[in-house]
Amino acid sequence: MKIGERFSEKIFLLAATISVVATIAIFSFMILLGLPIISAGHLIDVLTGSWSPDHGVYGILPMIIGTLAISSLSLVFAFPLSLGCSILIAVLSSKRISLLVRKTVWFMTGIPTVVYGFVGVFLLVPIVRELFGGGSGMCILTAALLLAILISPTMILIFVDSFERVPRSYLMAVDALGGNRIQKLIHVILPCSWQGILTGLALALGRAMGDTMISLMVAGNAVALPRSVLDSTRTLTAHIGLIIAADFDSLEFKSLFVCGLVLYLFTSIMVIMIRRLDARAGSRVW
Amino acid sequence: MVSRALEVVIIAFSRLCGLLLLGCVGTIVCYLLYKGMGAINLKLIFGDTAPLQALLLRRQVFDGLFPAIVGTVSLVLLALSFAVPVGIATGIYMAEYSQARCKRFFGFFFDVLASIPSIVVGLFGFSVAVFLHHHLSEQIYPCLLVSALSLAFLVLPYIVRTTQIALESIPMAIRQTAPALGATKLQNIFYVLIPGSLSSITSGLLLAAGRCVEDTAVIMLTGVVASAGVPKSIFGQFEALPFYIYTISSQYADSGELARGYGAAVILLIICPILFGMTFFIKNRFGRQAPYSI
Repeated sequence: MKIGERFSEKIFLLAATISVVATIAIFSFMILLGLPIISAGHLIDVLTGSWSPDHGVYGILPMIIGTLAISSLSLVFAFPLSLGCSILIAVLSSKRISLLVRKTVWFMTGIPTVVYGFVGVFLLVPIVRELFGGGSGMCILTAALLLAILISPTMILIFVDSFERVPRSYLMAVDALGGNRIQKLIHVILPCSWQGILTGLALALGRAMGDTMISLMVAGNAVALPRSVLDSTRTLTAHIGLIIAADFDSLEFKSLFVCGLVLYLFTSIMVIMIRRLDARAGSRVW
Repeated sequence: MVSRALEVVIIAFSRLCGLLLLGCVGTIVCYLLYKGMGAINLKLIFGDTAPLQALLLRRQVFDGLFPAIVGTVSLVLLALSFAVPVGIATGIYMAEYSQARCKRFFGFFFDVLASIPSIVVGLFGFSVAVFLHHHLSEQIYPCLLVSALSLAFLVLPYIVRTTQIALESIPMAIRQTAPALGATKLQNIFYVLIPGSLSSITSGLLLAAGRCVEDTAVIMLTGVVASAGVPKSIFGQFEALPFYIYTISSQYADSGELARGYGAAVILLIICPILFGMTFFIKNRFGRQAPYSI
């Protein structure tokens, strides 16, 4: 019996180790395969150059800019929308409407990304093309609008959760002072849940940067540096998805791993930020 | 006076946001149903082949979704068969065995793993396959097995987290009963803790299955192709529903193909929310009725 106990603990530990090794393996594989570029001093060229394989230039700057442009613009659309919806769910509306909006949000978390992309291609792209005239309609704006719908549920659920964690006694104190629900919102709920709001923002930004299908399907995938939101662009994720070169020795293939590394670092920074925020929220005494 | 105006603005704004959100979802769903419902019939799935012949794998289906559906189902089952044992065992370790410091350390890695963009996981799977192809055996190339393994990496952190949280949220009184009666730690885990948190663990698994069904970026790099027929072995290439939708949207030959694309999108739109809906149902229905309630 004793042996079985110890043996099983070893098995559980082994499983946990496998999971951790997987994370490290992905990172080290990116480093290992991107290493030739880094050690040969091409890293700066790759990070700041433009992409033109015909001239042997494999810079990924346009994709970095594209990723940042699309994800930040989508956050600009999605943040007010999510804040409004979560205020509606948690503070303002009656139980029935609140439940309706909440259920819609849950439903949205289940809609596959590729379905959003599909609808985007056949519904949103023509609309943007008509409204803003000219071009293909596949541009930063279209992708950002669609991404905003994709990342809103994440934000709304976290915002609502943090609104509802505000201690009841605080809310009752406002009631006792004769404050109405808007005063409650502005003076108590929002100041108390700023950490939740930041966490939601960071998570949503991570999702927006990591998403592949929407930018691949509706952003147009042009490799030039975008000049306006109506320009077509290519994100880092779409760039990885579009390359089919499998020649390990080519610079083109190696530059993909720099893309992967940049994405990996971006999202890891988000994770560290979120964990910091969580730790703070946890240690705070109400 | 100012605050009164502010109140009106805030109320109007949040109602507008709510309407906008419902409007967007409504538009997306209605648009797809309107365009795709007409295409949904047996012909969409089996094409011109007799359904029974196709199901028994006697005849190939050429112009239907059948191979893509079989591909997606086998992909999900294979990926979960890798991820579930490791994920649940890891969750048990995290909740029951690890010390606080070790828990924080491991937890960080699971958070990072959960946040890695799926395309990066796909790139990892692809490059490992190509690497092995060059250095180990010519036989290895991106295939169903590589896709399933990469997907397993992708959903592993979800399974670990839900298992861990489910076990940790079992109340102390229940947790200590069996050991007080002389049960060992392992007996406690398998006879008390896991049965008590089965509903949460199951909903975590369904969530992971949903991720597997919808993910396109990983399989795009690791072996999915536009037409491969029903997968013959785990070392062969395969088709999948989400990838089918993606290919149709970028290159469709005629209106018939486009209609099939809409049909596939409707099917996927129905499957995924059902999986997610089941998780919420299980949580709400069974979550509070643990078998050993006090």
